[in-house]
Amino acid sequence: MSMDRRQFLKIAGISSILGFGATAVSSAKSPVFETLAPPQVEPGKDALIAKRWAMVVDMSKFKTEEDIKKVVDACHHTHNVPDFRNPDGTADTKFEIKWIWKEPYERAFPGAENTYMGEHLKDMPFVVLCNHCENPPCVRVCPTKATFKLTNGITMQDMHRCIGCRFCMAACPYGSRSFNWVDPRKTLKPEFENKDYPTRTKGVVEKCTFCSERLQAGKIPACVEAAPKGAMFFGDIEDQNSEVRKIVTTQLTIRRRPELGTGPAVYYIIGGSEHA
Amino acid sequence: MLEKAFEGGKSYWAWIFFLCALIVVGFYYYLQQFSIGLGLTGMHRDVSWGLYIGQFTFLVGVAASAVMLVIPYYLHDFKKFGKIVILGEFLAISAVLMCMLFIMADMGQPMRFMNILLHPTPNSVMFWDFLVLAGYLVINALVGWVTLGADKKGSPPPKWIKFFIILSIPWAVSIHTVTAFLYAGLPGRHFWLSAIMAARFLASAFAGGPALLIILSLIVRKVSKFDPGKEPIQAVGRIVGYAMFANVFFLALEFFTAFYSGIPGHASGFKYLYVGLEGHSELVPLMWTSSIFAAVSLLMLIFPAIRKKEGLLALACVMLFISLWIDKGFGLIIGGFVPNPFEEVHTYWPTMPESVITVGVWAIGFLVLSMLYKIAISVREQTAGIEIEH
Amino acid sequence: MKLYDGGKIIVGLAVFLAFALFPFYNNIGKVNAKPEPKTDTPVIQEWEKQYGKKECVESKEFMRMEHMQLLNNWRDSVVRETYRQYVSTSNGKKFNMSLQTGCMNCHSNKKKFCDECHNYMAVVPYCWDCHIQPKEKEENKS
Repeated sequence: MSMDRRQFLKIAGISSILGFGATAVSSAKSPVFETLAPPQVEPGKDALIAKRWAMVVDMSKFKTEEDIKKVVDACHHTHNVPDFRNPDGTADTKFEIKWIWKEPYERAFPGAENTYMGEHLKDMPFVVLCNHCENPPCVRVCPTKATFKLTNGITMQDMHRCIGCRFCMAACPYGSRSFNWVDPRKTLKPEFENKDYPTRTKGVVEKCTFCSERLQAGKIPACVEAAPKGAMFFGDIEDQNSEVRKIVTTQLTIRRRPELGTGPAVYYIIGGSEHA
Repeated sequence: MLEKAFEGGKSYWAWIFFLCALIVVGFYYYLQQFSIGLGLTGMHRDVSWGLYIGQFTFLVGVAASAVMLVIPYYLHDFKKFGKIVILGEFLAISAVLMCMLFIMADMGQPMRFMNILLHPTPNSVMFWDFLVLAGYLVINALVGWVTLGADKKGSPPPKWIKFFIILSIPWAVSIHTVTAFLYAGLPGRHFWLSAIMAARFLASAFAGGPALLIILSLIVRKVSKFDPGKEPIQAVGRIVGYAMFANVFFLALEFFTAFYSGIPGHASGFKYLYVGLEGHSELVPLMWTSSIFAAVSLLMLIFPAIRKKEGLLALACVMLFISLWIDKGFGLIIGGFVPNPFEEVHTYWPTMPESVITVGVWAIGFLVLSMLYKIAISVREQTAGIEIEH
Repeated sequence: MKLYDGGKIIVGLAVFLAFALFPFYNNIGKVNAKPEPKTDTPVIQEWEKQYGKKECVESKEFMRMEHMQLLNNWRDSVVRETYRQYVSTSNGKKFNMSLQTGCMNCHSNKKKFCDECHNYMAVVPYCWDCHIQPKEKEENKS
């Protein structure tokens, strides 16, 4: 049979598309897409379980800068969070990555300050981190579900799946997310690496994960562990007997930007607490 | 018909060669960015989208603007647009291609882009954006090719193409609405949290895209024997005028809500862009240039005495295009991120590699556009004098 | 029979063959010994003492074919479902689902184990962009 060039190209094009399409569909049945389920997999034997993990912070128990620094360092060292610094020692605001850090009151709760408030109140330090919202805008916008809600309430980050589009960073109303603009290993010294946790690579977003991997091993989050006594509480807020539930029910706590309807799970006690 | 893109005189090949050179340089810097990371750009933790996403946003508008020719011609039988609808469709192809390239350039892990398809997420606007852009590319390529091929043969196109032509109309509206939804649904960004975001996007698209088309048509007339015609160009000019009026009006509406309500969060983005905030006023000259160009070009388009002179019309279109490019391709993005959620001002300015990569992508777009236009022009030159029936 | 555009066709074919045969002629003379992954790390030797034989998560044949898929499934199971222990289908034992602290705990000799086959097959898995490679005595790895 004779055919002209256009017909040949059309047939070749359609065959290629069908060929690739068929391969894609058949590979969709491959083990790659099968998820493991119990009883083939189990939670860790000491794993901490909750319906909804939440955190309560009592800033009045952080007495010194050192107290706050211990909490930040505990988190960042545990998770190999890189430390980008300018030559003069200040944080490099371009590349910096932070999972938990300190902000003054007027920045952590913008709009809540007033003109007559004393400077010492505006500068009162607050420890801020991802709020693991109930209704997180970041999860709503992620095109690959690289950030998603775990059944225990944690807003989790899957650094393997993240394509680095940074839509979640635009969506987060709290500025909790950081992006790896360059290779983070450049600032990590091998002797400070936590060998039990990976680093990240350039091009992915990262943030606090409420120490999901520690919870799986029966440990509370690193920041809570390193905080002064009574400064940070962590527990299942849906468990009526948990400390976080008791505090939130009986004491005045505030959350960041509550009017946005995100439902943060990090509560800040107003007025200090008696809980030790 | 494809072979017509490879037949040309010295000036055509010089232009193609120039674009290829820009592409090669842009690609070199992209390889650097791929190896070093997006830190090579001016983006940072607080302004996490910059020039690339701005260009993508602007070009989706240009792509959608093809519909401003399709609606009059196919829905309202406005025969004057018969010869130039193809120019709009080919511009759409080139623009959508650039959009996709800018998104790829902006991704932190571009090798993982298949994750969008492997793990479809209907609640994510970006997932839908990807789908509608891909669909729009296919529709315009199909419609453009089939109708032009039919014109070349001198016969009407097959009847089934009408379905895709009509489909392209709501599809064009959808691509830009979906792109607006990327911004308009984010609770933390008050500068973008506006119901008329999609309407603003469409208005600026329907002004900017056809304005570019007018400029391109005038260039086509200069470099070839194909004359799009004085009347069609004037008709497009009227459309640009109305759309630009809507665009400027909508921007004024935004200003009103922002400043009359007195809510700091709503106004601070505008303040940063137009008068500066906390001592930072890097973008102020740029934004005022955009506003002045917008006002002047709108006036030039409104008065027929000015609009009818093609030289002045071209000038108005150039100013309009630049104005919208600044506003949508740059100011809109930065204004949403500054100030940040902590009410701090961290500014953004693109770096040299970032700009070169941007120019490289535009060069790819213009390369595709030039080759497609060459084909369209060749067909028109061949069939000049033959009535085109669709 | 005349070959039209013969010059261009011959040149095109030559260029094609140059590209297509590159892997072959590029590797002439290079020694490519059969990979021999070593499983004699201290941790594996301890296991052997305890259980009488060397055992992996699954059988050697399965692991050789499927360890990539297995790791992907473990990744999703750990990160996305918070499971942590894998029950082996071949020996019923429970293993910690982790590359860095599970697999590499036994197979801490990445160079003599993982890299043996990977290098032979010219495979460069990108796991190590993030997951920290075990420290090995010969070299300083960054």
